[in-house]
Amino acid sequence: MKRYLRQQYMPHIWCPGCGNGIVLGALLRAISRLGWDQDRIAVVSGIGCSSRATGYLDFDTLHTTHGRALAFATGLKLARPELKVIVVGGDGDLAAIGGNHLIHAARRNIDITTICVNNRIYGMTSGQASPLTPKGRLATTAPYGNVDRPFDLCQLVQAAGATYVARSTTYHVRQLCNLIAEALENRGFSFVEAVAQCPVYYGRRNRLGTAVDMLKYYRDHAVTVRAAQSMQPEQLADKIIIGRLHHVVEPDYESEYARVMEEARRRADR
Amino acid sequence: MRARIEFNPRWCKACGICIAFCPASVFDTDQDGRPIVARPEACTGCQLCELRCPDFAIAVEVEREGE
Repeated sequence: MKRYLRQQYMPHIWCPGCGNGIVLGALLRAISRLGWDQDRIAVVSGIGCSSRATGYLDFDTLHTTHGRALAFATGLKLARPELKVIVVGGDGDLAAIGGNHLIHAARRNIDITTICVNNRIYGMTSGQASPLTPKGRLATTAPYGNVDRPFDLCQLVQAAGATYVARSTTYHVRQLCNLIAEALENRGFSFVEAVAQCPVYYGRRNRLGTAVDMLKYYRDHAVTVRAAQSMQPEQLADKIIIGRLHHVVEPDYESEYARVMEEARRRADR
Repeated sequence: MRARIEFNPRWCKACGICIAFCPASVFDTDQDGRPIVARPEACTGCQLCELRCPDFAIAVEVEREGE
């Protein structure tokens, strides 16, 4: 698995106990399990803590502008459809500044796997509220508690047209790895939300304890998709629903676009 | 089954996740909060420490019998 890392840049910059490394490890193990050619994988990221991942990965990588990872990835996939394209980003990058790219990539069902490391905060800039910060939680921009309700990002991308949607946590790392492997194999837009601890800028401000305490919280508050089906909304209020949430087969954007190009050529020849 | 635990102190940031969640209590903690492989014979080879290490600092090699 270490063969996928640019080891000369390790140790990475992430804080002690940060969930980003766990999610990255799960992604690399999923790729290793699928046995994909290292030189046929491109990983694209935007800006933020989790977006630093591309710097450590020995694939073709693009570290792009804030929120625009999916826009770059869309161009890359259309130009080089033979590549396996993966986007790694945080909740701030993908859901706030990149929110529009996210829903439209899902709507197109373009064959990109997006891993959203959801630490519920802007960590790199020291803890501003993101669209996934739960209501009432503290942030530098919400010193009296966050007023806004968070997105359910999985529901959002499912409604927008993603064909594979799943969620897990850094505690449930084996499941996370399995779900990422499934997402990578799905042809179309795949989305995995990895709930991950930020012990420094989210955990400390909200008195959630150490990284170990935050993992214990995920252990004690995660419910499977199946168990959640028989629970009431008030029982689910503080729970994290984990597992495969949605999987359907729909035509992917590259195939549809190839048909358009074929048709255009046919008419030009006429 | 035999498991060999490789630990890289240069990459470890002493978060304590491997120590806290080892189901076989293989690790002790050193004065800096890093793991010490104190009871390697208790290791079941589950690799949860490796999978949950945020710093790629632990690897468990499992040799099963007949391999």
